[in-house]
Amino acid sequence: MDSFIVISLIKVVVVFAVLLTILAYLQWVERKVIAHIQVRPGPYRVGPHGLLQPLADVIKLITKEDLVPPHASKPLYLAAPFLAMTMALMSIAVIPFGPIIHVAGYQTAMQLADLNIGVLFVLAISSMGVYGIALAGWSSNNKYSLLGGLRSSAQMISYELPLSLAIAAPLLISNTLSLRELVEKQSGGFWHWNVLHGPFPQIVSFVVFLIAGFAETNRVPFDLPEAENELVAGFHTEYSSMKFASFFMAEYANMITVSCMATLLFLGGWVAPWPAEYGSRFVPVVIFALAAVAALYHGMNPARRRDQMSLPVFGILFFLIAALFLLPVVQEWLLPLFWFCAKTGAILFGFIWIRGTLPRFRYDQLMGFTWKFLFPVAVLNLLVTGLLVALVS
Amino acid sequence: MDVILFLIFAIIAVVGAINVVVQSHPISSAISLVGVMGSLAVLYLLLGAEFLAAAQVIVYAGAIMVLFVFVIMLLNAGAEVRKGQSSIALFLGGPLLVALLILLAWFVQQLFPGVMVYFGGFRGGSAQDVGRALFTTYLLPFEVTSILILIAILGAIVLARKEMD
Repeated sequence: MDSFIVISLIKVVVVFAVLLTILAYLQWVERKVIAHIQVRPGPYRVGPHGLLQPLADVIKLITKEDLVPPHASKPLYLAAPFLAMTMALMSIAVIPFGPIIHVAGYQTAMQLADLNIGVLFVLAISSMGVYGIALAGWSSNNKYSLLGGLRSSAQMISYELPLSLAIAAPLLISNTLSLRELVEKQSGGFWHWNVLHGPFPQIVSFVVFLIAGFAETNRVPFDLPEAENELVAGFHTEYSSMKFASFFMAEYANMITVSCMATLLFLGGWVAPWPAEYGSRFVPVVIFALAAVAALYHGMNPARRRDQMSLPVFGILFFLIAALFLLPVVQEWLLPLFWFCAKTGAILFGFIWIRGTLPRFRYDQLMGFTWKFLFPVAVLNLLVTGLLVALVS
Repeated sequence: MDVILFLIFAIIAVVGAINVVVQSHPISSAISLVGVMGSLAVLYLLLGAEFLAAAQVIVYAGAIMVLFVFVIMLLNAGAEVRKGQSSIALFLGGPLLVALLILLAWFVQQLFPGVMVYFGGFRGGSAQDVGRALFTTYLLPFEVTSILILIAILGAIVLARKEMD
């Protein structure tokens, strides 16, 4: 019992630290990717390839002046960013990153808490997240903020329906609400993943889930709550310093939650795309070795003078990581973690890619799209899935 | 541990419920109501009805109350002014409230004599059990309720249409 508490505490600290670091660096990745889509280098000055930029941003945000606008409803104004961030960070508690592992004689799951209603927990927490945004818009006493808050609450209520219906379909196939069991039922290869698995492949609901997920996280092309050219900055116009930063972090944390849920529900979680005996455990080694070779090659022929130093260092680091994946001691937990991060990362990259590609919806298009198209499609998909599951079983 | 948790969330629920009535601003009332819903969900969870707890948060706190807040924000309702407080209500209402609470306690005592309530005592709160109960034992009431809700939705649409013409 005591070891359970100690292990849980260690897991909480590790997961929280990693999550916050990823939140900071996800923003660096986004800026870099968008920059390269727009053919420019992106952050480059602070540290090698701008790698210390998140740190500089954190220092900047902490030291900025913290303003409270006059006539703002103060308790709600102060509570809103706190609410948004708490609800965004809480979902990570039930998300499993890997199977049950054995470390130093102890057995533990790579997950903070295994709820048997894990899916519903994530839905409940994310549906509470809208209060942070709506109350921020209302309490700022600013009409742009109010419009942003109104838009976001209308948008989140509307897109929650197709989102929940899209989640329900793979649950019918897997017949469980626990995220861990959900992944275990998809093991064996990519043809067992819910997105491709019979009786009815869930490609449609996967796409509906992703679209609704984009809308739930207020990302482009659904970022009307913070449409810059209409609403200044939407619901967080009046926020500064760390309060502004917490809205930012909440948005990125929600992005991570949606990506994790898509991975767990449709893409088989930490399960490798094909069984380990056919060589799937060498995929990370090959990927990191190739990255190392590419980095070393570009280090030999540097495009910029400072790359002469930085790229070979990255290359050696990648080689070390590739070698790490060959150690049998760590393979048990490193491989599932790699596959989970690879799938989640691919979806996160999709988020950023779409931000660099698509323009924003008009407001009536946004509402017409979900109620007249997305919702009926999700209902139809659920009905067909339910029928086929009932016929097969 | 369980008793402490129960007391904490029961107190939050009761204080929140009183706050809903006492607050003069509609937004504050709505937020208090969200707090009541949330602590009710925790109470369900303590009893072992995990599906009901999740449904409570998703449906009431996450959807219906968001809609309430949305409407309050849309109408930009300001703080209400207190007026017309009669002293008779205070003097008559106080004792009547106490009498009502005593009567309620007495009825609960009479209806469930010797029933022990303990935490996690309710088996059958999982999603499977709730689904099975809804679609076998309580199929008729479930379907009747669905039709009732459908009628309400149709009524809302009809009323909204009349307004537009």
